[in-house]
Amino acid sequence: MDKPQFVYVTYIAASPEEVWNALLEPETTAKYWQHVNVSDWKPGSRWEHRRAGRQNELKLVGKVIDSSPPGRLVLTWASPADEAHEGKHTRVTFEIEPVGDVVRLTVTHDRLEAGSEMLRRIAAGWPKVLSSLKSLLETGRALPELW
Amino acid sequence: MDKVFKALADPTRRRLLDALRARNGQTLGKLCARLDMTRQAVTQHLGRLEDANLVTTVRRGREKLHYLNPVPIHEIFDRWIEKFERQRLDALRDLKKRVEGEHHG
Repeated sequence: MDKPQFVYVTYIAASPEEVWNALLEPETTAKYWQHVNVSDWKPGSRWEHRRAGRQNELKLVGKVIDSSPPGRLVLTWASPADEAHEGKHTRVTFEIEPVGDVVRLTVTHDRLEAGSEMLRRIAAGWPKVLSSLKSLLETGRALPELW
Repeated sequence: MDKVFKALADPTRRRLLDALRARNGQTLGKLCARLDMTRQAVTQHLGRLEDANLVTTVRRGREKLHYLNPVPIHEIFDRWIEKFERQRLDALRDLKKRVEGEHHG
């Protein structure tokens, strides 16, 4: 049987480049996500998801699978404790497509384990993150701290 | 946002969302069987949910899989609920669940 998978979609009044940059630029992600994504974003490279600010705690790690700006970014996504266990790595695909004047951002999170802590956390997290991202790009204001 | 409220105003559509929450990524056929409804009726309701961006679909081979997309509901939540209220609301929700049992509300 297939592993659980989630597909999240939000429409944002912005350009594909603005949405792409908003996923990767630390100054921007710090505002709406309170985390930063660190990597050189080349396929095969490691990426890290860290808490923004002084403590900079490492929260997630993974590899860049595909990076095709501004349309598609595919990452593996794991807790730092599972970095060596590739079988436990989940996968996140960001797709950014223009639709008329707006952009459709689709986040697909798959290879999740049923009943896992990761599943519980991402299911609670993505709607908040995407809603905050939309708010920041459309109004200039992110939502109050999410976490 | 009107579309979201209109889509959620119908009990059958809420049941469809419940069915997807219980099991994400279902085909039309599975959803019809689960809700014991005709293909035509389910197709129509799914269309309204898709229009409101509460359901999103992914093609896999010949199958079309339906996923619950709660992002628009979160946007509604964010519009009226401030950060400082969230913890109190969580506490109230937990209290309500404890008092009423999980199956109500």
